[in-house]
Amino acid sequence: MAVLGRICLLLALVICVYGIGASLYGARTGRVEFSDSGRRAVYALAIVLTAAFAVLELAFLRNDFAFNTVADTSSRTTPTFYRAAAVWSSQEGSLLLWAWLLSLWSSLALFLVRKRMRDVAAYATAILLGFGAFFITLMIFYATPFATSSPAPAEGVGLDPLLRFPTMMIHPPMLYSGYTLCTIPLAFAMGALIARRVDADWIRATRRFAFAAWLFLGVGILLGARWSYAELGWGGYWAWDAVENASLMPWLTATAFLHSLMIQEKRGMLKVWNVSLVLATGTLAIMGTFLVRSGVLNSIHAFGGATLGVPFVLLIGVLIAGSIYLVVSRREMLRSEHRLDSLLSRESIFLANNVVLVALCFVIFWGTYFPLISEALTGTEASVGPPWFDRYTVPLALALVLLSGIGPVIAWRRATVANARRNFLAPLLSALVTLVVLVWAGVSQKPFALAMFCCAAFVLGAVGQEFVRGALARRAIAGEAPPVALLALVRRNRRRYGGYIVHIGIAVLFVGVAASSSFQHAVEQRLTPGSSAHVGAYTLRYVRPTATVAPSNDAAHTGSTLSLGAVVDVSKHGHHVATLRPSQGFYDSGEPAQGTVGHLIGGQAVSHISMSGSLTRDVWTAIAPDISAPALARIVTVGNRTLPADEAVVALGFLARTYLKNPPPAQFHFIVSPMVMWIWLGGLIVFGGGLIAIWPAPSAVRRRVALRSRARSARGLARA
Amino acid sequence: MILACVLLAVVLLVISAPLRAAAAGDARDQDHQSPERAELEAAREAKYREIRDAELDLRTGKLSRADYESIDGALRAEALEILDRLQALSAADGPEADED
Amino acid sequence: MSPARKRTVRLVVALSAAVVLASALIYTSFSAASPALSPSQLVRQAQPGRSYQLTGTVAHGSVHHAGNTLDFSVADRAGGTTIPVAYTGTVPDPFREGREVIVTVDKQHGRFVGERDSLITKCPSKYKTAPAGEKQNY
Repeated sequence: MAVLGRICLLLALVICVYGIGASLYGARTGRVEFSDSGRRAVYALAIVLTAAFAVLELAFLRNDFAFNTVADTSSRTTPTFYRAAAVWSSQEGSLLLWAWLLSLWSSLALFLVRKRMRDVAAYATAILLGFGAFFITLMIFYATPFATSSPAPAEGVGLDPLLRFPTMMIHPPMLYSGYTLCTIPLAFAMGALIARRVDADWIRATRRFAFAAWLFLGVGILLGARWSYAELGWGGYWAWDAVENASLMPWLTATAFLHSLMIQEKRGMLKVWNVSLVLATGTLAIMGTFLVRSGVLNSIHAFGGATLGVPFVLLIGVLIAGSIYLVVSRREMLRSEHRLDSLLSRESIFLANNVVLVALCFVIFWGTYFPLISEALTGTEASVGPPWFDRYTVPLALALVLLSGIGPVIAWRRATVANARRNFLAPLLSALVTLVVLVWAGVSQKPFALAMFCCAAFVLGAVGQEFVRGALARRAIAGEAPPVALLALVRRNRRRYGGYIVHIGIAVLFVGVAASSSFQHAVEQRLTPGSSAHVGAYTLRYVRPTATVAPSNDAAHTGSTLSLGAVVDVSKHGHHVATLRPSQGFYDSGEPAQGTVGHLIGGQAVSHISMSGSLTRDVWTAIAPDISAPALARIVTVGNRTLPADEAVVALGFLARTYLKNPPPAQFHFIVSPMVMWIWLGGLIVFGGGLIAIWPAPSAVRRRVALRSRARSARGLARA
Repeated sequence: MILACVLLAVVLLVISAPLRAAAAGDARDQDHQSPERAELEAAREAKYREIRDAELDLRTGKLSRADYESIDGALRAEALEILDRLQALSAADGPEADED
Repeated sequence: MSPARKRTVRLVVALSAAVVLASALIYTSFSAASPALSPSQLVRQAQPGRSYQLTGTVAHGSVHHAGNTLDFSVADRAGGTTIPVAYTGTVPDPFREGREVIVTVDKQHGRFVGERDSLITKCPSKYKTAPAGEKQNY
């Protein structure tokens, strides 16, 4: 089977080389059949890589430990669900996932434009296949998923228990989809520049691809934050870690692009800016992929394999050099057709939004790559921590939210000053009311959070006003009932009102971030059963210990051998609020040197946190039980001495019983964070709004508009 | 091994289809728009959208009537220019051109 | 002032502002950064009042819980110098003796005190190609 996998990779590489050649030949000579053949090479690549991925998946599901990667990351005791996900937990498996997703998304994109942009698409095909060839070459020569050992080991190492969470299934494929989708607009931008065709047709196609990239990347990032918060033992959702930042940067440039593209569409301006944004997004996505795998920065997403650093640096160098060359050599074609009519226009607000987003990206870029920069400049590797990031991103985030409220109030092209002044009244009023209420409630000790809340109120006021005015306007024309008018309004102006919904979502999300970071109460305390800790207004009492011996009681199906935990009662002002059950799971280390009993619990320990969430606050707990307490350690030592391997499981029962009878004090970590749920809700609203904005209007509507506009144009001409 | 051969066969079939069709003399370019036409149609859609946006700006109170009239006039003039160029293209292309 | 002139002025002002802000950013990053040092380097270079990123392995037998403080020693990867650290805050799940850690410390009264919640444990090396996509405690 591994042979089939290796053949697939070789075949894939040949397909890539052929496709590049055919597309380029077709583009240069205008011979359409070769361009088409090049496009179909991408389809063929998708077929072959699907086969390769299937081979690897099957190997994992069937526990075929002859495959090195299966032996390294899976085991017979790893639950099936996680065995399937273990495919992408290793360097080589994730490379295959990346290449496979690239081929799938590229096939879809090229299929959708197969009847248009023939010359641009041909060059784009060549570039996308170039990326494919790069990753496949890495797999063939540096980190192959199909390496085998003979004889095959009897048992594998197992999937790291820290990864045995359901989100593990979704987060990498979503994030990789986001990354690979970023390369598609890059390929089309390069193709458009090479073919000298950066025009309205390119805008229409690229917008869809850029939006898809924005959506998947955003969802991937949010899922990562949610995973970190809800499943891992540190209780935070964002740490300004290098890899988190690497995924955020292309998302920021993609957001900027989606806005400034509208300016290019309307005024023929900012062409250089826009292609640069697209090229930057794709390059940042590749850099993000590189960061995770090269170990070049100290990050908690440490992938091994420093050997991959050099090829990636070369690729990024080629991308940057190529981009600069293309933009400079085509600058005549990228001249602006018009200028900004007025500073008081939605176009100029979009420009400001772009500046803020790019500034954010620059700050994050500088902070993330600072260890490399400082090493190059001063010889010592130094890094900046979250306080530095917060210092610069918080004001920028405030500016961003504020702008997202100003934009909806200003007209396109040239706003009327008097109207604009009047339109700001309602949003300013909501901000002011919020300010007064919050200051009275005592929030002023956290000025940045207060500022964010007021900005969010401003946004909600501005957008709310837009919806109300729009619905009223529709009522005046079509006489519909208010709810119907509202729906019709959104349906007929999806881009505008979908965008407004996205802005609401962003405001909600930042309110959640501000509240949960500024007003958090966290306590670390050692507790014995019966004692309590006070966190903010809440009292958390350690009621009694829990101990379960898996796998029969392993509710989360993670394959843990022993799980020790606690029942915690949460109350506020004497009223019971929730009951939480945090625990820590112990896993088999597979190392006989630790003893027959010792190895059963000697593997990675994983926190299973317990949390009670609501719209107003989350109460979060984690426990670190003391497994090395004398009473328990004694059982392990005796068991190691007296029990043979196949009977060692009995000792687990003893451990559990002893823990329940005489629990040693356990270390608890309690966090009460207000409004964390607003972050996830905000995210959902953002993506829902985005989908509404990009959803194509039914062509019937477009046609009606077209005809009506034609008639009115004629009348207008007659008037003139 | 059989699987590998099947895969190879499928790949070759998929990739060579257009080449074989061209060799057999199929004229496959009928459904493809000229890039100029595609560009003009995209520009036209964008311009219509701008006209509707301006009207919505007026209705939601962001523009005064006077400003709206002037912007609307400019937009319609730009739209007519695009429509004229499309007409010219259709005339040049002959009878197979005009859809909408 | 003609519109073209106004535009140029605006552009110059905007660019200057950007340059000034970027310079401020870059300047503060150098002073706010903590250099990454191994125990042997730290022993030689540590100055009180500056924070450093201490990287090394947790020395065997050095881990003690004292109330809410975790005491442990960090050794050079190749062995040799060890530095005792007093740390409070979240302890990552994979933390144990022999694992590679990074902890931000500063020198206070001759002792090294770990900054709150700054302890990072690297992936256990037993997994040949370390697992992807995981976040560890901070």
